[in-house]
Amino acid sequence: MPEYKVETQNFNLFYGDFQALKDINFHAEPNTITAFIGPSGCGKSTLLRVFNRMNDLIDGVKVTGKAFIDNMEVNDRSIRVDELRKQVGMVFQKPNPFPKSIFENVAFGLRVNGISDRHFIEERVVESIRKAALWDEVKDKLKKSAMELSGGQQQRLCIARTLAVEPSLILMDEPASALDPISTGKIEDLIFELKKSYTIIIVTHNMQQAGRVSDYTAFFYLGALIEWDKTIKIFTNPTNIQTQHYVTGKFG
Amino acid sequence: MKRRMRKILEKITEGILFSSSTVTSLAVLLIILFLFREGLGIFTSTSVDRNNVLAVHSLNPVNELTTQQIGGIFNRDILYWDEVGGTHDSIILFTINEIGNYYNEEELGTDFEFLPQKIDELISHQPNMIAYFPNLYLAGNFHGKVLPHNKIGISEFFAGKSWYPTSEPAAQFGILTLILGTLWVTLGAILIALPIGLVTAIYIGEVAHPRMRSFFKPLIELLAGIPSVVYGFFGLVIIVPMIQKTFNLAVGETALAGSIVLAIMALPVIITIAEDAIRTTPVSLREASLALGASHWQTIIRVILPYSRSGIIAAFILGIGRAIGETMAVLMVTGNAAMIPTTFLEPVRTIPATIAAELGEAPYGGTHFKALFALGIILFIITFAFNTMVEFIRPRKSK
Ligand SMILES: Nc1ncnc2c1ncn2[C@@H]1O[C@H](COP(=O)(O)OP(=O)(O)OP(=O)(O)O)[C@@H](O)[C@H]1O
Ligand SMILES: [Mg+2]
Repeated sequence: MPEYKVETQNFNLFYGDFQALKDINFHAEPNTITAFIGPSGCGKSTLLRVFNRMNDLIDGVKVTGKAFIDNMEVNDRSIRVDELRKQVGMVFQKPNPFPKSIFENVAFGLRVNGISDRHFIEERVVESIRKAALWDEVKDKLKKSAMELSGGQQQRLCIARTLAVEPSLILMDEPASALDPISTGKIEDLIFELKKSYTIIIVTHNMQQAGRVSDYTAFFYLGALIEWDKTIKIFTNPTNIQTQHYVTGKFG
Repeated sequence: MKRRMRKILEKITEGILFSSSTVTSLAVLLIILFLFREGLGIFTSTSVDRNNVLAVHSLNPVNELTTQQIGGIFNRDILYWDEVGGTHDSIILFTINEIGNYYNEEELGTDFEFLPQKIDELISHQPNMIAYFPNLYLAGNFHGKVLPHNKIGISEFFAGKSWYPTSEPAAQFGILTLILGTLWVTLGAILIALPIGLVTAIYIGEVAHPRMRSFFKPLIELLAGIPSVVYGFFGLVIIVPMIQKTFNLAVGETALAGSIVLAIMALPVIITIAEDAIRTTPVSLREASLALGASHWQTIIRVILPYSRSGIIAAFILGIGRAIGETMAVLMVTGNAAMIPTTFLEPVRTIPATIAAELGEAPYGGTHFKALFALGIILFIITFAFNTMVEFIRPRKSK
């Protein structure tokens, strides 16, 4: 079996009667960044949420086909969903820090894992904040509420919070869409840096961003995976005419 | 033309709304004013009825007696004058209906026309007597000493332990037992309602299937509309005998019974509001927690409850605050003995129960009547404080 970090085989997903994902066959190798692009409502977030089973929270979702993380089927009965979610971190579109201190935000994932060694938690929190390129800005106010940070800082805090649990795959759903250009640049640099140790899937509406950070790009349309290839290929010489229209901004 | 008509209609509607809300506010203000005017009158009233006098021998060194001392003397708790600042002699009581023990009808005259003289004579001959009789029979040239009518003091009212509003010669208006009884029953109700209310709110808001929820929520809201007499009846028939059996008591009407009934009455409000608070937790926070590998229960305890904390506290204050003023149910099950409670298994008496039980029998404008209004003021202040607390706690949530 090939060593794919993430894989789907003939994957379909229904919200009640509505089919949101149609026969998706996709995979990503370890330590790569894949960008999901496509017009609003085409199913990017839905697919992302398949990998950490966040769709479980929604009533009436049905799936067929298979989705794998490290060759384990995510919907298998033997999989414990909280264990899966520790493996698969997620960063959301809008920064969503807990109304707790900066420190406690990052320590949250450790605490719910039953870790109580103060020394260990402290080290891991500092390390994660450093990795998220936030350390210099918050090192003097770890006890302050996370709500006092700027939007960009909050988003990096959310990334730090995810890193603290040491996932191997990180899902990012438009992580920079609510941020200003400078914060966006910082997040992009960070994503690029994280590639060394993590596999990343990022949803974005920003073509330049997809071009800058990703190795692979997947284009979705109306729930189907239309085209998926090396980013350079998708942006310079796509096979599909819809893809071409979309990446050149001529869509619709 | 049409637009002008509408403008005028709008103005009229506005006027009606304005005046009706003004009238309502004024009515509320007037009611509060009335409450305070009647209630504060207690402090200008006297515990010994103004139409009667207490008198002693002119050489008796005692010049005045407190309400409690008078009560003690006429209850035979106080037997010697030295206990109230006099000589070491035993106290002889005299009330007007005992006159027959001293004089026969002939001596008193057919129309009791000699009664004043005889009372005067009696007191003059009995240096250790204290007499209680109507003003009417006070002789013009009375030789004894009439004790002054003392006003009811603030400390006597708030710190007094005896509530005997109709006892003679001195009615006792000590409300400490009533305040403590109220607080005691309330405390018990909070202790009972807190775990049950919280767990139920969490269950309905977080755990129950949406279909279960849409069944439970209206049911619980319905419970809030049941008249309190029904709760009281339920308490009297079910809870009181149960407590009596379980704890092997002589009577089951206890503070505990009151607490349980109060808790049951408060629960619908508590659950409804607490559940609303729980559900205001943003989905994004819930997802953030779950995405980090937290279980549902960890998410509830570490994210949802802290987030909705102020709303939950508000729910409890509102629920208990509402129930505290509820009279009937508690009146029916607590036994209504005005004693300072030390355990939950004793009868107690609460402020609202006292008002409900006694207002019908208190003569309008009398001291007892005013005392009950003063209790009403205290109740008003307690519930007002509860509601103000909610106002202070709630806004923090909007952040
Ligand atoms: N909870 C839900 N219940 C029913 N339908 C849903 C639900 N969530 C999403 N959908 C539908 O599924 C489709 C895909 O939604 P999804 O959120 O995955 O789109 P997206 O590609 O992420 O769009 P966007 O770029 O706007 O975020 C849409 O048509 C949407 O209406
Ligand atoms: Mg989306």
